[in-house]
Amino acid sequence: MCLSVPAQVIEIGDKEHAIVDYGDGTQRKVNVTLVDAKIGDYVLVHAGFAIQTIDEKEARATIDIFKEMMEG
Amino acid sequence: MFHLKDKDLAKKIVDDVKKKNLTLRFMHVCGTHQDTLVKNGLDILFKECGIEIRQGPGCPVCVTTPKEIEKILLLARKNKIIATFGDMINVPGEKESLRDLKEEGHDIRMVYSIEDAIKIAEENRDKDVVFMAIGFETTAPTTASVIITDPPPNFSILSCHRLIPPALKAIAEMGELKIDGFIEPGHVSTIIGLMPYEFISEKYKIPQVIAGFEPIDLLMGVWMLVRQIEKGEAIVENEYTRVVKREGNLKALSAINEVFRMEDSKWRGFPVILNSGMKLKKRFEEHDAEKRFEDELQEINEKEFSEPEGCRCGEVLRGLITSEECPLFGKACVPSKPVGPCMVSIEGSCNIEYRYKGKS
Ligand code: SF4
Repeated sequence: MCLSVPAQVIEIGDKEHAIVDYGDGTQRKVNVTLVDAKIGDYVLVHAGFAIQTIDEKEARATIDIFKEMMEG
Repeated sequence: MFHLKDKDLAKKIVDDVKKKNLTLRFMHVCGTHQDTLVKNGLDILFKECGIEIRQGPGCPVCVTTPKEIEKILLLARKNKIIATFGDMINVPGEKESLRDLKEEGHDIRMVYSIEDAIKIAEENRDKDVVFMAIGFETTAPTTASVIITDPPPNFSILSCHRLIPPALKAIAEMGELKIDGFIEPGHVSTIIGLMPYEFISEKYKIPQVIAGFEPIDLLMGVWMLVRQIEKGEAIVENEYTRVVKREGNLKALSAINEVFRMEDSKWRGFPVILNSGMKLKKRFEEHDAEKRFEDELQEINEKEFSEPEGCRCGEVLRGLITSEECPLFGKACVPSKPVGPCMVSIEGSCNIEYRYKGKS
């Protein structure tokens, strides 16, 4: 239920929806009223709704920060 | 897409934790965390490092009470169209499940999103459509945003949405199990942010880390908890910074606040947990199945329902026993013939254990 899958916004549809691409060949219309997403953004999709944008740079930074933390 | 991986780091963390000779018990409250743990053998790996991780009440289907199940079954028998997320359909009620009713010809539809349920209502204006709204703070905003947008008059929800922090508080206060740290659910936290957890660290001195769902996320999360314990700290830390913001998702939170009021609520296996349930505010009463069908539901409201015989989901959900410790696990209770909801739901601890490890 709390399962959420990352996807990329490829097309803004009507006011409430966008088409997202899951990166495995599937695309789907999802509701984007809970986020501020533009074309190219990655979002987390849960039960047909984008619930947050994903910060791709932050993902890599997490690992780097963590490595430093482990040294300290 | 976004498979965060780093083999060297993973090994380093495991070696480092192993060296410390720990005996700790952590709890998480998320089926997806359990899936990552068991699927990747992390549960065994952590155990070898002296860290036991238990799944608490983190499965929306599982914590839904027998009474709520009987309500939706009754509404189905009274010829409403029932729309529900996948797993719910197989949860056994006292006599039968939604699937049994579907096979008898009642109109039960599995949906992926509440928007699919709205579509069903639009296409069947002459019938009542009831959506069984389950899920934690991750799912509640999706329900809320649909209720705000004036759904069709024949559409209503049976709100079984629940909040995670009050359940953590209940676990801490019940004190049945010593818990050295909570691994907090990444996607609930996406919505609520860090603040709602803080009182738990302050009041009960339990360290908490919000973690993502890749194996490396859980390794880092566990390491952060261990570090807090070593330092004698109890704070809320965030490992899942690529998605979880300190303040959460403000749009989603405001949708929840606009639509729902919090109410004391029973969870399967738990006594009533204060302010842990989300019910529709009065002005949305028209779409509240409990109000709309109050008369029909009265017979259910007046009755008490018990757990399926022999099922120990309650103790599994409180983290007191592992699924394998239930005598029915893998014998009388299997996913194709589940006794309790923890074997039905793909987020239930019994189902996950059975799926990856087979019989006990
Ligand atoms: S194995 Fe089956 S009967 Fe036992 S606790 Fe799990 S769901 Fe209930």
